[in-house]
Amino acid sequence: MLQTTQKTQIKVFDTFVANNKKLFHKHPAGNLTVVFLSFFILIFCSLFTPSFAEDKQSNDNSAFAYAVNALNAKSFKAKADAIKIFETINNKQTINTLKALLESRLFYRKSDQLIVITTESENGYHITDAITENKLGEVGKRDIKKIRVNNKLRKQLRGTIAQLSLSNEDTDIRLNAVSEITKILNQDTIDLLRNALEKEKNDAVNELIHLALALWDINSADKNIRLKAISLLGDSLSQEARSKLSKLLDKAEDGTFLLEDAEIRNAAKKALTHIDSQLDFYALIEKIFFGLSLGSVLLLAAIGLAITFGVMGVINMAHGELIMIGAYTTYVVQLLMPDNIALSIFVAIPAAFIVSGLFGIAIERSVIRHLYGRPLETLLATFGVSLVLQQLVRSIFSPLNRSVETPAWMSGSLEINAALSLTYNRLYIVLFSLIVFFALLLILKKTTLGLKVRAVSQNRAMAKAMGTRVEWVDALTFGLGSGIAGVAGVALSQLTNVGPNLGQAYIIDSFMVVVFGGVGNLWGTLVGAMSLGVINKFLEPWAGAVLAKILVLVLIILFIQKRPRGLFPQKGRAAEN
Amino acid sequence: MQQPNQQKGIFASILHDDRGGKIFLSVLAVVVVLVSTLNLFVPESAALHVSTYTVTLLGKYLSFALLAIALDLVWGYCGILSLGHGAFFALGGYAMGMYLMRQIGDRGVYGNAELPDFMVFLNWSELPWYWYGFDQFWFAILMVVLAPGLLAFIFGWLTFRSRVTGVYLSILTQALTFALLLAFFRNEMGFGGNNGLTDFKDILGFNLQENSTRVSLFIITALALALGYLVSRYIVTSKLGRVVVAIRDAEDRARFIGYRVEYYKLWVFVFSAILAGIAGALYVPQVGIINPGEFSPLNSIELVVWVAVGGRATLYGAVIGAILVNYSKTFLTGALPEVWLFALGGLFILVTLYLPKGIIGLIEQIKKRKSAAQS
Repeated sequence: MLQTTQKTQIKVFDTFVANNKKLFHKHPAGNLTVVFLSFFILIFCSLFTPSFAEDKQSNDNSAFAYAVNALNAKSFKAKADAIKIFETINNKQTINTLKALLESRLFYRKSDQLIVITTESENGYHITDAITENKLGEVGKRDIKKIRVNNKLRKQLRGTIAQLSLSNEDTDIRLNAVSEITKILNQDTIDLLRNALEKEKNDAVNELIHLALALWDINSADKNIRLKAISLLGDSLSQEARSKLSKLLDKAEDGTFLLEDAEIRNAAKKALTHIDSQLDFYALIEKIFFGLSLGSVLLLAAIGLAITFGVMGVINMAHGELIMIGAYTTYVVQLLMPDNIALSIFVAIPAAFIVSGLFGIAIERSVIRHLYGRPLETLLATFGVSLVLQQLVRSIFSPLNRSVETPAWMSGSLEINAALSLTYNRLYIVLFSLIVFFALLLILKKTTLGLKVRAVSQNRAMAKAMGTRVEWVDALTFGLGSGIAGVAGVALSQLTNVGPNLGQAYIIDSFMVVVFGGVGNLWGTLVGAMSLGVINKFLEPWAGAVLAKILVLVLIILFIQKRPRGLFPQKGRAAEN
Repeated sequence: MQQPNQQKGIFASILHDDRGGKIFLSVLAVVVVLVSTLNLFVPESAALHVSTYTVTLLGKYLSFALLAIALDLVWGYCGILSLGHGAFFALGGYAMGMYLMRQIGDRGVYGNAELPDFMVFLNWSELPWYWYGFDQFWFAILMVVLAPGLLAFIFGWLTFRSRVTGVYLSILTQALTFALLLAFFRNEMGFGGNNGLTDFKDILGFNLQENSTRVSLFIITALALALGYLVSRYIVTSKLGRVVVAIRDAEDRARFIGYRVEYYKLWVFVFSAILAGIAGALYVPQVGIINPGEFSPLNSIELVVWVAVGGRATLYGAVIGAILVNYSKTFLTGALPEVWLFALGGLFILVTLYLPKGIIGLIEQIKKRKSAAQS
């Protein structure tokens, strides 16, 4: 511990001296003073390390300010010297400034010679003070003048930027720099990378540098280095590695290999097959993931149905419309809080649960309760309800689709490696559906309501005799199933457009899931939804999306031949008619 | 000498005890004669003239009525609530549509004698194999019967044999028509995709736009409806029909007594599908288009409400329901398009809650009350 601190301090001291040397190299008299001064500062700071850091910061700042102003020198030679100063001040601001210079975005203001970084705007430029990073508003094209660079300077700039990025403290910047450099491999950049590798301690950056070096070494004259590079590339999944390797196996027009060395060819072939099998493996995982995310959507849509249909035995054809109401609730919540889209989801989930749940209870009390024990009539009446709800939404919100905004934290993707990345919205849907599933399972198994629901569904008369308010339980159960449908609507609103026909698209699928999984069994619904999702995604590339769906429907019809009561049939008395 | 007597005997036995049926057939006959005379022989300027548009509209209703009878046969008498009967209707329609398509010949937009327009548009070079033979009328009629019949046979054989009943069966039939809807929307299927089959010119050489053709189609539809009614009535009054009703009321008991329940169900289901297919074949030349929309689950379920409104297990009730609901649909979608779905949805709820036996049930109830009050 102590050793490392000392080491860093010595290193810091070196750079510090170096900094000031360069900063004041035009003033030899001041040089010595600075060295002494800094020495004292160093001793002082070894006692109070934090304040030392601040002090280094302020020193860096003054050096930075000096260098930035020096960039506006007349001669290119002076500019080159100024760029050299930057080499010692390694932070984001330096890199940004140099990049601005390279991309001809560094200007000075004519009125006061202030150096500014610009971005183009409609009437001129937005300018930012290069030193203080203060935004200075918009100026016209005539108010500022470009700081000119020539090709020699550009080359120097590129080298400096690369070097600075490679030794930056921020791991992300280093990673970025390495992958940037990998695109423009030449002797200079390779030397840079080799130097960086000696100092690098981060494994991820190391790996990337090794990959870049291997991409270079694969064409080396030394056979051993070549073979080593090939075997290293075989473990990588990057597109560049694959194309470099396959280039080794290129054939001339007459069918002979361009590369004569058979040993290297074989090694390359082996590495390629390894890469391909890896890629296939990750493609398989991705496909399963897609399947699971589709399965989660199905699960969310079907799980409310598993309660109303599976536990209560009520065919609710308006289930899809309850999902739709949940989606519209999300839309309305976002209209009410347009400034907090990220939070709106968390408001929308309970809101949709309550709204859809209330609709469900209303449907149960007004229609379904008169039809218990007559499933076909229930089917027809609830279908009528679904038509009314659809038209209601059409009359209130217009028949056009409404788009619900996706919060920022749900976009983007989780990159696992070069071949596999999982989008966050799918990932969240999978997680969310599982949370809803287990929450529901807990409600049914551990709460009083759940106990009563199960009692009523198993033996209605007995439950009534024991003093359960059967009608009350019916309404609450139906409300629960409907509320879950509303929550599913919130999730669906993140995936598709919200329109009056949203529910129709899912109603048949959700019935299929419940029937396939086995009526009256929540686990069956889970397994049924996930397996249907995965089967669908595996059939899709082979048969196309529509045909895959048809095939799945046919498969379910055939499956019901073998197991009319689904994957997990109910057993015991409840299974009897 | 003996044969006509026997014929008369069959008719008499079918309509014996069927007052509603007699009334229905008489009304149908009167309407058909009246409408065709008023259209053909009364000049257009006269107040009593019936426009060709009305004739075609009535023809459409009558083909729907035949479809409703088909559904009543399986739902009212056999207890199979099919939510996919629209699929059989549409298949029959497509078979007829394919014939009409081939009749266009080189009069299409692209003038290709062999290929229908949409195939030329898709750059297809030759007719797909399943379009062979549709230039012959007899083959098309054969397909009108075979396509829905075969589908119903396969589907019914698979489901009835494994004793899928009640709601499960309903949902499976809905899935069936949904799957067909998706399939027929695809251009690669070779049935015109989204747009379906349209732009028909003539049938058996008669111009479809001609007045006389329209009236003839109307009369043929009415005849088919009457015949369909009589045959269905014959089936439900036969011994087979009684077994079917027994299966509806107590399937397990019928099975235990020794009847092969699945065969009876299959028979009725296939016959009903064929009837629906014929209705579709009559519908297409009158409306002039068939597209995948006919497969949509909503159409099939609308058909269920016709039967429910009229009254199940009476056959003529289904006809009344079909005509009433379709008339109000024509009226409402024209006058108040917003209200139609509310009305249809409300109808579903009202009929199931308050009119479980439909209009016919309501009339009988009123009659009973009257006679009870009199005595």
